[in-house]
Amino acid sequence: MFAQIETKLAMQQPINREEALWLLTEGELLQVGRLADAIRQKKHPENRVTFVVDRNVNYSNICESQCKFCAFYRSVDANDAYLLDYETIFAKVQELVDNDGTQLLMQGGLHPTLKIDWFEDLFRQLSEHFPQVQIHSLSPAEVIQIAKLSGLTMQECLKRLQASGLASVPGGGAEILVDEVRQMISPNKIGWKQWAWVMEEAHHLGMRTTATMMFGSKEKPEDIIEHLFRIREIQERTGGFTAFIPWSYQPDNTELGGESAGGIEYLKVLAVSRIVLDNIENIQASWVTQGSRMAQVALFFGGNDLGGTMLEENVVAAAGCSFRMSQDDIIELVHSAGFTPARRTTEYQVLKEY
Amino acid sequence: MSNLFQELQEKISNNQRISDADALALFASNDLLAIGTLAAEVNQKKNGDRVYFNVNRHINYTNICVNQCIFCAFAKLEKDDDGYTLALDDIREKAEEAVAAGATEIHSVGGLHPRLPFSFYLDMLRTIKAVSSQLHIKAFTAVEIDYFSKISKTSVSEVISALQEAGLGSMPGGGAEILDKKVRDKICPEKISGERWLEVIEQVHNAGLKSNATMLFGHVENYADRVDHMRRLRELQDRTGGFQSFIPLAFQPDNTRVPGATGVGGVDALKTLAISRIYLDNFQHVKAYWVMLGMKIAQTSLCFGVNDLDGTVIEEQIGHDAGADSPQEIGKDRIINLIRKAGKTPVERDTLYNELRVY
Repeated sequence: MFAQIETKLAMQQPINREEALWLLTEGELLQVGRLADAIRQKKHPENRVTFVVDRNVNYSNICESQCKFCAFYRSVDANDAYLLDYETIFAKVQELVDNDGTQLLMQGGLHPTLKIDWFEDLFRQLSEHFPQVQIHSLSPAEVIQIAKLSGLTMQECLKRLQASGLASVPGGGAEILVDEVRQMISPNKIGWKQWAWVMEEAHHLGMRTTATMMFGSKEKPEDIIEHLFRIREIQERTGGFTAFIPWSYQPDNTELGGESAGGIEYLKVLAVSRIVLDNIENIQASWVTQGSRMAQVALFFGGNDLGGTMLEENVVAAAGCSFRMSQDDIIELVHSAGFTPARRTTEYQVLKEY
Repeated sequence: MSNLFQELQEKISNNQRISDADALALFASNDLLAIGTLAAEVNQKKNGDRVYFNVNRHINYTNICVNQCIFCAFAKLEKDDDGYTLALDDIREKAEEAVAAGATEIHSVGGLHPRLPFSFYLDMLRTIKAVSSQLHIKAFTAVEIDYFSKISKTSVSEVISALQEAGLGSMPGGGAEILDKKVRDKICPEKISGERWLEVIEQVHNAGLKSNATMLFGHVENYADRVDHMRRLRELQDRTGGFQSFIPLAFQPDNTRVPGATGVGGVDALKTLAISRIYLDNFQHVKAYWVMLGMKIAQTSLCFGVNDLDGTVIEEQIGHDAGADSPQEIGKDRIINLIRKAGKTPVERDTLYNELRVY
């Protein structure tokens, strides 16, 4: 099987689900890594590893979805439930700008009452005050929630958000794009088709998005493969995904509990992602969930991007995982692995090499 | 594949030793996966798919130390508020806990205490052995043995036989750091020299005790210092055969005083483990000490030539004082699971690598 896959890849042919599953479950880690690394080198021959200076702002932790894998959400009447006011958000974005940041990743919960006006006003004012910052915010589940509360169709909602300043959408909430798995870990969240529907609509409106995958909770290897192929099929239709970002479920303080995925599982999933998603340019290594040591190793298993510097991160931290990295740490990490670090925009334009 | 890897592949296929120059060339290479592949092949020949672990408990009997090595965040002075020395009763209690938890080994090292008499250490061993004669005591570094010889005004060989008589079963490999003098002058000027470390260990081996060997890397040393360190170990192993495993320790910079040190990256950690596996052809085992590496890198290293994941390590102090963010202990089930997920066969061993149970 390995020889068959190797031949296909050498001829730049896509592999099928069965072959991808074999790589994930039977493939030897370093062999799978070599295949992924060869593709990374072909797609990024300049040997660059990119990152963006960004900040997460979690505007609210109030969420109706209450997913079992999540340690961040609160119900509306919880003591530590919050909704940030505009002033607080502006102050956070000002800090981002003071750090030469170019990307704002704003996400919250599925808030029960926040309608589109709240987001439109916010995005308008943000675009006015901070034109240098790309608003890369919300997620398909939030877009659908806002549309529902505001009596809009999803398309209308997305268009109005775009008109008010939303420039691109991060790929969160994908978890595993298989509804049997979603039933177990996030029964109140939108199904996989709705996730894909919002993403395709965003792409049609000219917005780029990313796609994520959270693995290591309740899914089987087949579900991981199905997820990857569904992403590849959307990308074939739209070409709108800039990057794919797999990360592993973090179990602390969650209803689901259990153990986190090991290093080998992460590297294998990353490498198989790079191999399957031959139509997506960039694969992000997740130092936020894996730590800086694993993220550096991931650069040899298909990863060519380290995501953001994340001046603030709350969601993963709530699940007991709080790695921090400064821009200098990221640059040093890339250099010492033998690559050229480069700061980029949300849309992967290189701003500066280090 | 470059000439380097072709040449090394041939050497490995012919069971030939790689040279110091080869090892240096590997350190200079950025081809992490090619290095890992070679190391995995060497390990496959030696150990097949078996990956060892043991159920053990650490007892760090004192943190008071007359040496003040700048890479250490554990050492305290006698006058410090947070200095401690365990009483024999505490040690007995910890040994009892260890037995209750199914441990087969006590791993015990500590600082060089300015006032404890040599008899304390003998009493400590006897106390643990009194709890269970089955418990294997793996204790003291060459640095402590040298110190005991000074405070007891007896020879190293007399110290070793007294300890053996009191219950010492083998020795861990600590205190080796980097054996080169220039490096030791910078990071641990008061500690015994590299030559002395090797002399003491040779006597330990000659007395019939096994030991491990460590290498603390990622502080002020360069690649040549690492290769020099491994060369001296390989030479000693040729003479005695007394080393069981080689344990590269990733330096943890927090709360230490090494100027400019930032800690060891994942790539350097895996490279160092893999190169040591290739170079140290006369060592049966290379161990990933997860306390310092983190569990994710430790598990990954099983695909880079490593065949031992140390133990369950209840209550580790030294690495954690230096900022290691790994847990203080790990359950046996978790270790077994991590080994299985690496596609390997988990084997619980005793300290001397007798197989207790294959999972």
